Amino acid sequence: MRRRLDSDRLTAILFITPSIIAILIFVYGFIGWTGWASLLKWNDIAMIAKGKLFPNVPFTGMENYVRLLTTDQRFQIDLRNTLVFTLTFIVGCLGLGMLLAILLDQKVKGEAIFRGIYLFPMAVSFIVTGVVWRWLLNPGNSSTGPVGVNLLLEKLGLGFLQSAWYTNPKVGFIQPDSAIGGFLHSIGLDFLTTAQFGIPFAILSVVLAATWQMSGYTMAMYLAGLRGIPEELREAARVDGANEFQVYRHIVLPMLQPITLSAVIILGHISLKIFDLVSSMTGPGPAFATDVPAYYMFDTVFRGNHFARGAAIAIILLLSVAILVVPYLISNMRSEVKQ
Amino acid sequence: MKVQITSHTAKRALLYVLLIAAAIFYLLPVYILIVTSLKSYAEVNLATMWSPPSGFHLDSFRQAWLGDPSKGTQGLSSNFYNSLKLAIPATIFSALLGSLNGYVLSKWRFRGSNALFTAILFGMFIPYQSILIPLVQTLQTVSRTTRPWINDLLAWKAPELLSWLPGLVATYIPSYGTIGGLVLVHVIYGIPITTLIFRNYYAGIPDELVEASKIDGASFGGIYRYILFPISMPAFVVVLIWQFTSVWNEFLFATVITNKADVQPITVALNNLAGSFIVEWNVQMAGALLAALPTLLVYILLGRYFMRGLLAGSLKG
Repeated sequence: MRRRLDSDRLTAILFITPSIIAILIFVYGFIGWTGWASLLKWNDIAMIAKGKLFPNVPFTGMENYVRLLTTDQRFQIDLRNTLVFTLTFIVGCLGLGMLLAILLDQKVKGEAIFRGIYLFPMAVSFIVTGVVWRWLLNPGNSSTGPVGVNLLLEKLGLGFLQSAWYTNPKVGFIQPDSAIGGFLHSIGLDFLTTAQFGIPFAILSVVLAATWQMSGYTMAMYLAGLRGIPEELREAARVDGANEFQVYRHIVLPMLQPITLSAVIILGHISLKIFDLVSSMTGPGPAFATDVPAYYMFDTVFRGNHFARGAAIAIILLLSVAILVVPYLISNMRSEVKQ
Repeated sequence: MKVQITSHTAKRALLYVLLIAAAIFYLLPVYILIVTSLKSYAEVNLATMWSPPSGFHLDSFRQAWLGDPSKGTQGLSSNFYNSLKLAIPATIFSALLGSLNGYVLSKWRFRGSNALFTAILFGMFIPYQSILIPLVQTLQTVSRTTRPWINDLLAWKAPELLSWLPGLVATYIPSYGTIGGLVLVHVIYGIPITTLIFRNYYAGIPDELVEASKIDGASFGGIYRYILFPISMPAFVVVLIWQFTSVWNEFLFATVITNKADVQPITVALNNLAGSFIVEWNVQMAGALLAALPTLLVYILLGRYFMRGLLAGSLKG
């Protein structure tokens, strides 16, 4: 009996071994490989040596990273863009998702149809989304007149909302001579009044398309959460004299906090990695206004053959995702062990 | 009392107005896709782009599907088939592998299996840029061995009855620039999510069931085959839908690994089509609709399971 169980246990481990090896090589091994490449002076395709893992090039240590973080203008712009994209995208998806979930939770007729409509963009490729929204938000030019959404706004009498969308090269930032700018100057935070800490307007168009695609997901998560809250709990609050707003404010929303955390992590890692949408919708944009690290990496490696620089960007990207995801994964593992 | 009723009605009305406004926002791109791609060429006009078509014209679809020889543009039809040839096998292999992994990690736990599972899960979150350079290099190294096989196969004069065989086999030999290479990549990087879904599903099946079979003398394979596999259908449906959708919609691996037009999946071809200035926007819209159609159909027909896959992505599904 005992021997039998042991041989089965061995079979079990045998069956999972190929997957372990694959993950070990293709995830961890390759990350290590990229990490090593990021420390080399490797900026030419001709340096790829056949049959060797790495070319015969000098080791430069942290030079690629230092260059990216101190002198590389494009990368600095990309960091700003990613930050703006991530914050606005998360806020947009959480806000819209929660609003729609709460609306749908009011015993709505045809709920399944509304839910289906809000969620369907998730089934579509970012490439399709990019192609369609690029066309919708095309500002038109002097010979075509307004097209897409701008044309629709004009027809609806909302012409004042027309915008240059993703072609807008402007960056909004706190002006140094404004009241807030003066205050920031007085407390030594001058750097906040520069374009480096501004909002590139063009990227908000990409955020709009991404929110269109992903907000249904947060809606679905919140709705599942709302359905998990026992009706008796809300009923009890109503009996105690709470109005509907107070029921949500004090009973429902606090119970949705774990879902918000999951949603922030999922949306956060998607937005840090965003590549397909930028690729198909705008590319780097005017003055790199819609460029992101994931796109820069692709561009510099596969079009410019700057392997080491691309590897360094990839590692920075990986670290930023890991900071977000690893604590979540570990706490997930711990809570399961406890169960 | 009367005032209360009116205020209740007004609230309900506002609720539906908001719900419908949101629905219009989500459907706007679909409207423009359908309206534009059904117009005849004579009707395609920027000033009337929001107006419905006069009838049911398929010119734009024809051009998006077949291309336009006079402009030298390629249609998307062959890329559509490439995506099918890629997504179907990748999905099936991923599901089988995920099912076995999930079975082991839920019913045959060993010391460190939870940590191992977490280490596997991490692979689902990484930005693929961080493995892209080694991946391409590895596939190119593999190609040096497999490319001659592919060339030999394609050069082989098969008997007429089997003339389709060499091409088919060559398609699936893993290499840089083949669909087989891309299948391999999708199966490997699909391990975390498929393992997760199956493991969570099997964790919900009582251990007693498995323990009892062990005492009855059932083996590792027997328990899987006669007890777990037959009740795995719901998890298989979720994983198959999830993987099919992800692989069909994927772009980064596809654009890096398939460098030739005749093997590119539809996402890459659509991106090229949309980036080319000689292709009119109505053809671009028709192409986008074609690329979206299979996964949209899956969503419409099997939405319930699609939703489960989504929620599984947030770990504690």
